[in-house]
Amino acid sequence: MARISVDTGKCIGSAQCVLAAPDVFDQDDDGFVTVLDSTPSGEAEATARTASGICPAQAITVHD
Amino acid sequence: MSTDAAELVPFMLRRPGAPFPPPEYEEFRTKPGLVKAALPSGETVWLVTRHEEVRAVLTDPRISSNPTHEGFPRPSRTVGAPSADEVPGWFVSLDPPDHNRFRKALIPEFTVRRIRSLRPAVEEIVDRAIDQMLARGDTAELVEDFSLTVPSLVISSLLGVPKVDRDFFEEKTKVLVTLTSTDEERDKASEHLLRYINRLITIKSKRPGDDLISRLLQGGLLTPQELSGVSMLLLIAGHETTANNISLGVVTLLQQKQWIGDERMIEELLRYHSVADLVALRVAIEDVEIGGQLVRAGEGIVPLVAGANHDPEMFERPHEFDPSRSATGHVAFGYGVHQCLGQNLVRLEMDVAYRGLFRRIPTLEVAVPLEELRFKYDGVLFGLHALPVRW
Ligand code: HEM
Repeated sequence: MARISVDTGKCIGSAQCVLAAPDVFDQDDDGFVTVLDSTPSGEAEATARTASGICPAQAITVHD
Repeated sequence: MSTDAAELVPFMLRRPGAPFPPPEYEEFRTKPGLVKAALPSGETVWLVTRHEEVRAVLTDPRISSNPTHEGFPRPSRTVGAPSADEVPGWFVSLDPPDHNRFRKALIPEFTVRRIRSLRPAVEEIVDRAIDQMLARGDTAELVEDFSLTVPSLVISSLLGVPKVDRDFFEEKTKVLVTLTSTDEERDKASEHLLRYINRLITIKSKRPGDDLISRLLQGGLLTPQELSGVSMLLLIAGHETTANNISLGVVTLLQQKQWIGDERMIEELLRYHSVADLVALRVAIEDVEIGGQLVRAGEGIVPLVAGANHDPEMFERPHEFDPSRSATGHVAFGYGVHQCLGQNLVRLEMDVAYRGLFRRIPTLEVAVPLEELRFKYDGVLFGLHALPVRW
């Protein structure tokens, strides 16, 4: 299991995380990232790591 | 480091007879540091071809998107990006923090949910374009009859252009993005469109509708003048790029039909063709080291997204079209704060376009031998000048 934190101040709403890890991330009405599951495990954890790696604004941190 | 003209490569290298990046990129990737290239003007720029370094350039705050900085690459008159001084609202040319207000105003219009809700409208546009092709016979020129039509109609519907004006809108935007248009034709079309958009903004401020322009006017984050520049940017950024992707995708999918209908093909098509190779132009505003190369303040940089997307360190067998790989992490839409705002709309348009074409015209085929296809080797965006098809 990992812990996820996001920096909404950096978020640019490209929604890469929502596409890569729809069980972990969502967008609010303003288009900014929200976290659905802040302690994902298994498959969800793997997708959260992918999302963190491709986020163009580098706004997602995965804490081990 | 020497800047001897004999050692400079030209800025725009030819792609060979397949949709791959210029073969020189492979050689560049193996060299330490970056490669210096000459623009037609004689100015020089640094070319970046490795995935890691393309991402580094596009996220470094010491590297700017603002064309008013000394040394910003100006490949040609029609290629050089306007600045936000010239066109208020042209936010792709702004750096943070000036860029933030525009991005913030626009992203609610491009969320995954909002874009999903556009599917029926995009389906109607695609269906109508196919109806018209079928009504005309059993051949078509796909670029003109379909690939350019669909994104133009989608953007006009997004902006809130009334249906009766969409033919006018489409006709003018085609002139704007067609490489063979003269500068004069292009200036005229651009003037007509701008005048039209300004009129539309005035109308929407009195009688708002359910569209992007009306919502942004009501949101009050942008001035009407900025909104006019934003509308032009959306139009230009989202038209030929999407059209080229759709056409190239049809050719690639017809060669490998087993992938038609497989959702994974979309990401791989974006990576494989990387049409916006030369789009993200930058300039260093402080000295910065990229991949071991010192780049001085005032030197232009061109991160080549096709180079990055065909970097074997990132994607194995990069020249193979293989949707079963994970193409995630490609930079076809750029990276950093300017990463394409319209990317989820593009994914939707590609999905609806291919579903529509291959379902309704199952016998679709390219009407000329592949060697005779005319690729845009000379454009800033890679694509096809024309795509004759039959069924
Ligand atoms: C396949 C189609 C497309 C491709 C390959 C593409 C590619 C790109 C790239 C590479 C950038 C980054 C430019 C930079 O960093 O300087 C970009 C930015 C942008 N794109 Fe796209 N694009 C496409 C379609 C669209 C569509 C359909 C729209 C709008 C409806 C759009 C709107 C924009 C905007 C507004 C920006 C600037 C974003 C910013 O500065 O924050 N694009 N695009």
